[in-house]
Amino acid sequence: MATVTVKRPKLTLAEKLFLPGIIKGLGITLGHALRALRGQKKVTMQYPEEKWDDNLPEHYRGAPALVKDEHGRERCVSCQLCEFICPPRAISIKPEEIPAGDQWAKVEKRPREFEIDMIRCIYCGMCEEVCPEQAIFLRKDYAITGISREEMKHDKSKLYEIGGVRIGLVNKWNDLK
Amino acid sequence: MDFGLIISSAIKIVGFVFLMLMPLIAYIIWVERRFLALIQDRVGPNRVGIPWTKIGLFGLGQPIADGVKSFLKEDFMPDHVNKFYFAMAPALVMVPALLTCAVLPFGRELVLPFLDNPIPLVIADLEVGPIWIFAIASLGVYGIVLAGWASNSKYPFLGGVRATSQMISYEIALGLSIIPVLLIFQHLNLSDIVTYQSENGWLLLPMWGEGWTVERWLYLIPAGIAFIIFVVSMFAETNRTPFDLPECETELVAGYHTEYSSMKFAMFFMGEYAAMIIGSGLAVTLFLGGWSLPFGLDGVVAGWFLESAWFSWLPALISIFTFFAKVVCFMLFFIWVRGTLPRFRYDQLMKLGWIIFFEAALLNIIIAAAILMWGKSPV
Repeated sequence: MATVTVKRPKLTLAEKLFLPGIIKGLGITLGHALRALRGQKKVTMQYPEEKWDDNLPEHYRGAPALVKDEHGRERCVSCQLCEFICPPRAISIKPEEIPAGDQWAKVEKRPREFEIDMIRCIYCGMCEEVCPEQAIFLRKDYAITGISREEMKHDKSKLYEIGGVRIGLVNKWNDLK
Repeated sequence: MDFGLIISSAIKIVGFVFLMLMPLIAYIIWVERRFLALIQDRVGPNRVGIPWTKIGLFGLGQPIADGVKSFLKEDFMPDHVNKFYFAMAPALVMVPALLTCAVLPFGRELVLPFLDNPIPLVIADLEVGPIWIFAIASLGVYGIVLAGWASNSKYPFLGGVRATSQMISYEIALGLSIIPVLLIFQHLNLSDIVTYQSENGWLLLPMWGEGWTVERWLYLIPAGIAFIIFVVSMFAETNRTPFDLPECETELVAGYHTEYSSMKFAMFFMGEYAAMIIGSGLAVTLFLGGWSLPFGLDGVVAGWFLESAWFSWLPALISIFTFFAKVVCFMLFFIWVRGTLPRFRYDQLMKLGWIIFFEAALLNIIIAAAILMWGKSPV
């Protein structure tokens, strides 16, 4: 390849002295400071008073939660796919059999214990992506806090409590018409 | 034993250093965080108020929070350091910085009705004021060198070495730039310098008293150049942006104070800000008239109050406020420059110190002497 010679740009005397440039720079920063002092241009939000919750995008990944569908059935069938894919292994599931006389006996499995350790959870969304039953979803709440480590392990009841009911999902276990 | 002198000196030391200088250091750190944040389009710490109450004071309680943190944080000494020098280094930075404030005149003489002689508001009225400050401030270099060396790891070492060479280089320009001031005042006693300036016009604003001469206005040229060299060298002496290579946060982790924590780090920090305040105090004293009000207002205020029985101490109080107001303006300038300029590269810094400022200061002395000789010669 041919070599390309790049020359330094020629500086005028004012540019070489640096002082006029410095004074102009000082003027720019003072302008910023005065504008910020008058409240016209600040990028900081005062956190607990001003939150950005209304502007969270649709795909925002918050805390995971289990959902029930409109029939009141818990959608999780404890296939344990989310447990295996979870990178920090925050989910632990103990499955049990749905007893024979139950309305949904053909589903055959449901979780006896379902625990997500929120200290380990990294909010990656892999559990939501892999779930074949559309049972676990990531909500939009991000401030999960607690006072003790036991409090930060969300068990099954807590997960259903924060998950609530979701309609409009694929109800593959319903009876054929 | 002159008990009066001892008692008044003790009160001045406690009053000036602990009641005026240390709170000023703490609040200058707060002002820096807020002002620098405003320059960068954000808000600094604005929530900390008085503890255990709901009174928020726009973050004015932040220095209290910082102080409590410094006391309660674990102050460890790593195994790999040279223990004696590691422990001694912060003291070597802070003590010279605080010692230098002994010669700054922070107010006019305090006239109390029950005393015969007015009390001069300067802790030590030395004949060699600025030279004392430069000599003691040079000891501060030892602290940084020892901090870098004793920390026994590469980032502090580099920071300490850079700091040493930088501070030594700019001491020359600092000393030489004072000489035009010496030439015109003919002595270096700081209180007399300020008294002269309060009556005859500041060095940089000769607009009253005997200042309205052609000679003084022509002298603005070397005095202005001396002021610029002095201020820039003061930036370099205190390791402040744009000369903050020794402690730059982006290149050297934290420079020479990487291995230090809580109280020792707080002493480095306080020593640096104390040096900045004393440096601004010296610049204000030599070039901007110290504690005096502009345009001869000093004499007017003195005339109103010095005679009255109840308020003879008021001119002294006003002069203390004036001095600190000027110092705070200078500190705001320091912070303003920090928010504006990028950092010097090391070779550019050395070139500026040894080649440009050294020669400029020498030429400045010649110009100043020429103007004074022209002024005295029969024209």
